[in-house]
Amino acid sequence: MHGIVSVIVVSIIITDFLLLSAGWLKSAIRIVAVQGLALGLLPLFVHQDGLSFRLTAIAILVIMLKGIVFPRLLMRSLREMNTVRTITYYVGPMASLLVGIAVLSSSLWWGYVLPLPDQTGYRLAIPMVFFTIVTGLFLIVSRRQALMQIIGYLALENGVYTFGVFFAQSESMLIEIGILLDVFVGVYIMGVMVFHISREFDNIEAGQLSTLKDWFQNRKELAGKDPES
Amino acid sequence: MMILAIILIPACAGLASFVTRQNIVRRIVLIVTAIMHLALTAAMWLQGPDPIMNGWLQLDALGLVFLSIVSCLFMAAAVYGVSYLARELPGTRPDFQESDLFVNEPEAVFIGCLLLFLSTMTLVTCSHNFVVLWVAVEATTLSSAPLIYFHRHHRSLEATWKYLLICSVGIALALLGTFFLAFAAAGKEAGGVPLVVGELIARASSLRLPFIKVAFLFMLVGYGTKMGLAPMHSWLPDAHSEAPSVVSALLSGALLNCAFLGILRVVQVLNGAGAGDFARDLLLVFGLLSVVVATVFIVAQLDFKRMLAYSSIEHMGILAVGVGLGGLGSFGALLHAVNHSLAKGMLFLVAGNILARYHTKSIQMITGVSHELPVSAMLWMAGLVAITGTPPFGLFQSELTIIRAAFDSGHLLAAVVLLAALGIITAVCLFSIAAFFKLIKIEVAD
Repeated sequence: MHGIVSVIVVSIIITDFLLLSAGWLKSAIRIVAVQGLALGLLPLFVHQDGLSFRLTAIAILVIMLKGIVFPRLLMRSLREMNTVRTITYYVGPMASLLVGIAVLSSSLWWGYVLPLPDQTGYRLAIPMVFFTIVTGLFLIVSRRQALMQIIGYLALENGVYTFGVFFAQSESMLIEIGILLDVFVGVYIMGVMVFHISREFDNIEAGQLSTLKDWFQNRKELAGKDPES
Repeated sequence: MMILAIILIPACAGLASFVTRQNIVRRIVLIVTAIMHLALTAAMWLQGPDPIMNGWLQLDALGLVFLSIVSCLFMAAAVYGVSYLARELPGTRPDFQESDLFVNEPEAVFIGCLLLFLSTMTLVTCSHNFVVLWVAVEATTLSSAPLIYFHRHHRSLEATWKYLLICSVGIALALLGTFFLAFAAAGKEAGGVPLVVGELIARASSLRLPFIKVAFLFMLVGYGTKMGLAPMHSWLPDAHSEAPSVVSALLSGALLNCAFLGILRVVQVLNGAGAGDFARDLLLVFGLLSVVVATVFIVAQLDFKRMLAYSSIEHMGILAVGVGLGGLGSFGALLHAVNHSLAKGMLFLVAGNILARYHTKSIQMITGVSHELPVSAMLWMAGLVAITGTPPFGLFQSELTIIRAAFDSGHLLAAVVLLAALGIITAVCLFSIAAFFKLIKIEVAD
């Protein structure tokens, strides 16, 4: 069991690096799907007290949602827009990888320093969780397209979810379904918004969304429309 | 049973209005649901409902205050919303700001989401389990996003995208905080402590203290994003200025309070665990920062809806400062929450009237409101005077309470910052009132 969990943890770290270096929107969607599959399997092996119906049901639900439904939703949004399919960056893939290495080493360092009682015995778990969360946040701010921001959000959510699998004992299946339902609706609405963005601007660059500003820009804009002039 | 009813009635009504064909039926459903919600809330004042689902859903005094705010504001918004929807022209039409063409969202989606929004906010006020609370707060984001995108043009699209992304990311961090709390609670006792507010406070000694602090940090950032505390406030002015005014009123008056309630619940647990000082110091810092940031942006603001939005950030900052001071300050903060919601809700609704008449959000271009819209003008003036904390309005009383608490507890810096910020904002608001009534004319330098 311990071996399998380690394999899953390492594979999630690898998918984070792949996400950071991905150049095509399609491959980024596939990578985040693989990550979703991997963490869907996690609860089956982490809890030593054997498989219960509840664990299996949750695992199946997570795998369906993160491994199949989300990628399909995102692929559909991608198909519906006839624009560039490559990822555009504020921070390029090489620099992103370097950032990734720096983040992973610092997470490793304070994963060991942090006084977490090591009840699970998986020393890589905490670094992996924080690396995945920071990767998600970094993808959101360093990629130009709205679709990549959704993928970043998914990676962030995956990181938070794995923390829950390792360290928070769940109280009820109802609650976990509630969380998954929220995430599902969230990704669905974001997908719809991306579709609207691509229709409105003919591409999905979130950088285009910069009309709403304060202060000087608006001052001039508003000042330019004096009714008496 | 009453709790289930008050959550499920708006939810069912919302789902029903998605499938109803006639607009008139939907509008009636909206009004009737608002009345039922208000009646149920009133009944809960008379007799507190029993806890259900192992105490996950229950209504204490704190929740009841916030539920009442939500219910009253929604009633006003429902009445306003029906006439607002009746005024909205169907089909494609030009946008007054940039004359691009746009269409409105279908009314089914708008009213449906409005009712689901009410249901999720009600769930927030009733949640005593932290994970349920998280699910509810995230659900408020999701149900309100389509409301901001009612006018389907590129500015509201931008506002909605920012709102959705920033709040979802923030709320995801709050989930991490919730898991940390679960980890802290799983600690020393066999089986752990359930994540219910009352249980956590009662058995606070068996929690792992350092992890409660970590949990609070993440939850403060997460729910603080939703509440509009600086520096996580950047979605707020955009969403409030681009949403229809009736939605802005609900966002500002009800939703921000719900996020505030999320923070208050964690503060309760920290107080119980003896780490209240840690929480209060952080709240004080975030609160003062929000007040200062909001003041800076209000001074140069010429868009009156954005001005109201920044004023909301300021008042959320004051709430955080009040709780951060503790004792009398907490009391002042709750009083302030009630006062602010009512005043700000009304101001946004009146702003909608002014916007509908003048087709501009520029303070500079609107003059002579008292001749064109006499009632709205009087309400606008009263609202602005109230929101700046001028007597005889309630906000004066609550702000005075908070500032007194600051002096009493020796937080002189906080008191001075608050007084300075409030003074500047009052001056600016009086200035803009004068501009509205054509007493003065604002000139903008190039």
